[in-house]
Amino acid sequence: MYTILSKMTLSSQIREYVIEAPEVARAAKPGQFIVLRLHERGERIPLTIVDADPQAGGVTIVVQEVGKSTREMGDHFHAGGSVLDFAGPLGVPSEIENYGTVICVGGGLGIAPLYPIARGLKKAGNTVIGIIGARSKDLLFYIDRMDAICDELHVMTDDGSTGRKGFTVDPLREILSSRRKIDRVWAIGPAIMMKVCAEVTREFDVPTVVSLNSIMIDGTGMCGGCRVEVGGEAKFACVDGPEFDAHKVNFDLLMSRQSFYHEEERCALDRYLAAEKEKEQREDR
Amino acid sequence: MSREKQVPMRQQDSDIRIHNFDEVPLGYTEEEAILEAERCLQCPNAPCGEGCPVQIDIPRFIDHIKNRRFAEAIATIKEENTLPAVCGRVCPQENQCQVVCTLGKRLEPVAIGKLERFCADWEAEHERYCPEVGKETGYRVAVIGAGPAGLTAAGDLRKLGHEVTIFELLHVAGGVLMYGIPEFRLPKEVVKREISALEEMGVKIEVNKVIGQIYTVDELLENGYNAVFIGTGAGLPRFLGVPGENLNGVYSANEFLTRTNLMRAFRFPEYDTPIKVGKCVITVGGGNVAMDSARTALRLGAKESIIVYRRSEQELPARREEVEHAKEEGIKFQLLTNPIRFIGKDGAVAGAECIRMELGEPDESGRRRPVPISGSEFTIKADTVVVAIGNGPHPLVPRTTKGLKLSQHGNIVADPKTGQTSKEGIFAGGDIVTGAATVIEAMGAGKRAAAAIDRYLKEKK
Ligand SMILES: Cc1cc2nc3c(=O)[nH]c(=O)nc-3n(C[C@H](O)[C@H](O)[C@H](O)COP(=O)(O)OP(=O)(O)OC[C@H]3O[C@@H](n4cnc5c(N)ncnc54)[C@H](O)[C@@H]3O)c2cc1C
Ligand SMILES: Cc1cc2nc3c(=O)[nH]c(=O)nc-3n(C[C@H](O)[C@H](O)[C@H](O)COP(=O)(O)OP(=O)(O)OC[C@H]3O[C@@H](n4cnc5c(N)ncnc54)[C@H](O)[C@@H]3O)c2cc1C
Ligand code: SF4
Ligand code: SF4
Ligand code: FES
Repeated sequence: MYTILSKMTLSSQIREYVIEAPEVARAAKPGQFIVLRLHERGERIPLTIVDADPQAGGVTIVVQEVGKSTREMGDHFHAGGSVLDFAGPLGVPSEIENYGTVICVGGGLGIAPLYPIARGLKKAGNTVIGIIGARSKDLLFYIDRMDAICDELHVMTDDGSTGRKGFTVDPLREILSSRRKIDRVWAIGPAIMMKVCAEVTREFDVPTVVSLNSIMIDGTGMCGGCRVEVGGEAKFACVDGPEFDAHKVNFDLLMSRQSFYHEEERCALDRYLAAEKEKEQREDR
Repeated sequence: MSREKQVPMRQQDSDIRIHNFDEVPLGYTEEEAILEAERCLQCPNAPCGEGCPVQIDIPRFIDHIKNRRFAEAIATIKEENTLPAVCGRVCPQENQCQVVCTLGKRLEPVAIGKLERFCADWEAEHERYCPEVGKETGYRVAVIGAGPAGLTAAGDLRKLGHEVTIFELLHVAGGVLMYGIPEFRLPKEVVKREISALEEMGVKIEVNKVIGQIYTVDELLENGYNAVFIGTGAGLPRFLGVPGENLNGVYSANEFLTRTNLMRAFRFPEYDTPIKVGKCVITVGGGNVAMDSARTALRLGAKESIIVYRRSEQELPARREEVEHAKEEGIKFQLLTNPIRFIGKDGAVAGAECIRMELGEPDESGRRRPVPISGSEFTIKADTVVVAIGNGPHPLVPRTTKGLKLSQHGNIVADPKTGQTSKEGIFAGGDIVTGAATVIEAMGAGKRAAAAIDRYLKEKK
């Protein structure tokens, strides 16, 4: 059992948790993730390590409530409680070096995994340009934190409810077209965002790293369910990644594989929501 | 009474069992066990014991059964074997203890495995035998991986009085016994029972600990462990490397079985992990893993479950009993056939283009090499494919342990008699050393390594 030390709401569907796992906190590096399981019947959920405090033994994760398990976590797992399993750190850490000037693009929930990488890059001496965006204002978070570490920050929303109206790829293209020397780009977010960012940076020939969130089970190289195609070869995102050279990734395959269980995910969520509603009505009575 | 044949074990009828995940063979009653035990000749030289990699005193435990001393029978087995309920069910007895049984020269050999299972099940329903733990030595040993190799090494080291901690990356201990071998062959309650017996002896098991990531093996030695045993298994699924293999609906056997056994997807949505099985399922491969996958597919609702194997029936590496069970259940065998491409429709697999094979000259394994017959391509329709063509060494520990000597295939090089690796204080055994093999061989390796670790600790003093 791993105690939930704190829980904070970042936006309507996004919450930040600090989980007590001192050994994981000690070993964690930017770019790595953990796998957690809520309870005996739970699935193994991969989540990026956003922050780790080796002294206090806490590991910070940010969860977007998209389906049954993440909804359940938001609804029923509170500070002082605990989750059943918490394993990590998993995956290969980001290659943090002093590259010169880097752009860090984070879309939606992707801002969470991006943040520790951007911070690491800043610490390593890079000039860091941040671009973060989401569909609308209430899905954006960590603006202050990103602002604190970036030399320049661009905030975008699809609907213009905050920052500039448009997509994260827009400022990316503008900066690259301005002929400023950019040494490396990180792009983390929905597969489609990573795909368009990769297309743009390819035009300008800037090395680009993406973090692939394929569907995982064990997260340790044992099942092959997370396989992705990179440079025409099958790779396991959990042990060979999750970060890969964006210009070699087959994003269409990634998206197709991510959608394989949509029907089942829908069924699990509907069943959960129906049970919650029933519980509520019973309590009202 | 006929002495020619083994007392048969009752089993679930095939038309019923394909609709459930309950165990297929149902076990012996006390009377049946005694009848079978009476067939044993009590050979003074006991060749059967030599056939058992952990060297159980077979005539002695059988003699106890014959005389209704069941508690003594299980105690005899447990002197050498910490997982008898598992071995009695999944050991390839026909190639181990039973192949050398004297009775087997002319008649059917004694059903040693079935008798072993009987004793273990009897124990579960009666008093538990807890092996004695020696005087505490003060030495600490870390065991990596809670599969049969690690569990056996841990049990033996604990019996010798060492403090033992097992580190396991999954959320439960058991290795392949929990995630790979299906419920209908090895109920998970049985595995848990045997593991809790180890915990009662004082073996500590820490799950969710991914060695190589959370600590390296060297860090374990620096952090106060006097020796390390690596039993991390063959957990890396191999793929065919043919076009279309990354289509949705193409599973590795590991994923297919892990979703079902470990995550209990057969009870989705009650359990959260889903699995998707179509009407027609192809399993590629011919070993135990392939049989398990094909039979699991039927139980998950497939109308047709086909094994595609590139050699002929004679070469099927699976246990005979498993092939028979599969046939009884209606699994079809498409032999001398190999997939060359998976055909997709809207991102999901819709079929396999296969080619017929013929057997040529023997290869290095001594089996005749399958060669494709050109122009013989044909298509099998399928909406799910399971690739069960074997597993490579689990990569995390080999990748993160500096200076550890590896074989060409990435297995850890270790002395077969002692498990000693190229690094001092580090021992290894089981599938991570030999490549995918059997439960009992992994246990034998764990046992030999435990004895070697004990000697190493005492000599170091
Ligand atoms: C390396 C990695 C890091 C991740 N980091 C984060 C993170 O920091 N914060 C966060 O909120 N989410 C993260 N995810 C995604 C997260 O694991 C899924 O959102 C979660 O498992 C969904 O569970 P659910 O039951 O609530 O939703 P489901 O109903 O299962 O699925 C809803 C959506 O999530 C996707 N999804 C489902 N299961 C997985 C899975 N095992 N892996 C990836 N995607 C899945 C589906 O394609 C679907 O679109 C990460 C995924 C990976 C692989
Ligand atoms: C589907 C299937 C059916 C089989 N059927 C039979 C059968 O009928 N009879 C038979 O005799 N054999 C059978 N086998 C083979 C048998 O299960 C294996 O040979 C045996 O389990 C090997 O034992 P092991 O301890 O070496 O490894 P494993 O059982 O693979 O255990 C290794 C353990 O180490 C853990 N681990 C790996 N890396 C790390 C790490 N870095 N940190 C912490 N933990 C780690 C793994 O999670 C796992 O729990 C079957 C195998 C499969 C897959
Ligand atoms: S452990 Fe296996 S080989 Fe040994 S006696 Fe039992 S069934 Fe035979
Ligand atoms: S070889 Fe066969 S008959 Fe002889 S003691 Fe062993 S089990 Fe009994
Ligand atoms: S999640 Fe199983 S191999 Fe990557």
